[in-house]
Amino acid sequence: MTLLENRSAAIPAPREITTKPRLSDQIFRAIVTVGGMSSLVILGLIALFLSIKGFNVLKVEQLSFITESKWEVLQDAEGKIAESTFGLAAMLVGTFLAAFIAIIVGVPIAVLSALYLTFYARGSVKKFLVSLIDLMAAFPSLLFGFWGFIVLMGSAEYWAKLLNKYLGFIPIFDVPAPIFERSPFIAGLVLAIMIIPIVTAISREIFDQTPLDRIQAAYALGASKLSMIRAVVIPYGRGGVVGGAMLGLGRAMGETVAVYTVLNVVYQINWQVLFGAGGNVASLILLKFGEAGPDEVDALMAAGLVLFLLTLVVNAISDILINTFGKKGR
Amino acid sequence: MQATTPSSLASVANNREQRVPGTNLLGTGLETRGVHAWFGKKHVLSDVSLDFAAGTVTALIGPSGCGKSTYLRTLNRMHEFIPTAALAGEVLLDGQDIYAAGTDVTKIRLKVGMVFQKPNPFPSMTIGENVLSGLKLAQLKKSNTDELLESCLVRAGLWSEVKDRLSEHGGALSGGQQQRLCIARSLAVEPQVLLMDEPCSALDPGSTFRIEETISELAKSMTIVIVTHNMQQAARVSDYTAFFLSDGGPGVMVETAPTSKIFSSPTDKRTEDYVTGRFG
Repeated sequence: MTLLENRSAAIPAPREITTKPRLSDQIFRAIVTVGGMSSLVILGLIALFLSIKGFNVLKVEQLSFITESKWEVLQDAEGKIAESTFGLAAMLVGTFLAAFIAIIVGVPIAVLSALYLTFYARGSVKKFLVSLIDLMAAFPSLLFGFWGFIVLMGSAEYWAKLLNKYLGFIPIFDVPAPIFERSPFIAGLVLAIMIIPIVTAISREIFDQTPLDRIQAAYALGASKLSMIRAVVIPYGRGGVVGGAMLGLGRAMGETVAVYTVLNVVYQINWQVLFGAGGNVASLILLKFGEAGPDEVDALMAAGLVLFLLTLVVNAISDILINTFGKKGR
Repeated sequence: MQATTPSSLASVANNREQRVPGTNLLGTGLETRGVHAWFGKKHVLSDVSLDFAAGTVTALIGPSGCGKSTYLRTLNRMHEFIPTAALAGEVLLDGQDIYAAGTDVTKIRLKVGMVFQKPNPFPSMTIGENVLSGLKLAQLKKSNTDELLESCLVRAGLWSEVKDRLSEHGGALSGGQQQRLCIARSLAVEPQVLLMDEPCSALDPGSTFRIEETISELAKSMTIVIVTHNMQQAARVSDYTAFFLSDGGPGVMVETAPTSKIFSSPTDKRTEDYVTGRFG
């Protein structure tokens, strides 16, 4: 009994456990920390710069900066700015429309090609296709834009007319006037082709990591390749595919040159995807930057800030989606 | 877990005594004729001929790298999943060569099920869905899936532990329960033969005991081939034992006989050295 009492009285407080890292470790830690923090600092500085430059415009326009569509600078006889109004609403709608069309068209194609590359393509065919898709990812977007303008526009216009003829009763496929060129639909198709490589690469990576024991378990139960993919690969890879799609969405929303080439910038909200009017935030900045006066440059910086925040929101949503869909299949 | 009564154990033993492989069994079980296996240029298994009579338990024993797992995987054509894997010889199920041209391999795997070393339930499915997953995977239509679900779990010795939590996910079970879930899953497609590749090597002794009980129960209605490193396990669960060995070259089947004979009076000196623990 006394022994037990003595023991309980003698229970010490937990000790502090520390270690003194070697000098080489400390130096390496410092280098790595600088590298890790630099991207954060650069991003922060850009956001700060955009906020400061755009502050005046945002103060004047307030919420109407994103709810109104008018983008106008009126000059008096002496060339001084008499009146200016800046509103991004039409560009924001155009940004979303083109990006969503890109996702709807591009992601299924990308997932199918990732499945083909992972589970069907063999040997040299596989190697060739993988490097081709990587090459596509590095392809300059201006060339996609040119190709979209010169080659795709003609045939896409035909598809657009077809969609309008047979599905025109659905409001988004209706058009107020028969102008099918340079529409959000065509911009979305060009963007779809641009995001296919990145979404394919990410999906392929994740499908490739599907645990072999689960694949074998499915086959041992008499599964065909199709039913194995549905029961094992898709649940496992879902989160990664959503993440890849979101990266693609981010790229599609921020894309400038390709959209500028194939989409009319019109300062009017247009939900009708087949109608040749729209624009997106990034292509507006490209269009206006060269000829803008100081006041308008500030407005364009504010537009840049909006685009920046939009990208942040999309990334945050993608994180949530990955966490919701991804964990279940793991 | 219901206890197995001594009388039922005795009757199992009696039943087993009457089954002898290699005696006029063509068309009634699983047999291999001169099976060789390669991975790329490496010859890993040489000339294995064995008969597995319907309703018997056969243990494949031998040191690591002797080709016993490779051999097991040739029996339901899982061998060919490893790139560069090659095979010669014949594997006959009910007298039909399962490697014959034009064979639908998914039908072979329905008849010859498999339980793996590491429990591998599908984590995206519930316990109930896991058991019935084979029906979905092989696109089989079954009425009375509730009955099937219960009978598979009962036969795998898991029903009493999971009957109130069938909609929980399989990953929530312990390792031993997961392995019995995998056994139940392979029973749902009603295989003739069940292959088990070291099914207890990742499990604690209590779980191992339950799985061995399950094997004894299952042996009443199907043929079982089990690879094991545990010689007591081979002695406890099997009717016949085949000893595999590799002397650096391809693995060969040294000796096969009723389990009691392998462990008491093996013919080959190498078998005796292995089962008495002199090497391996």
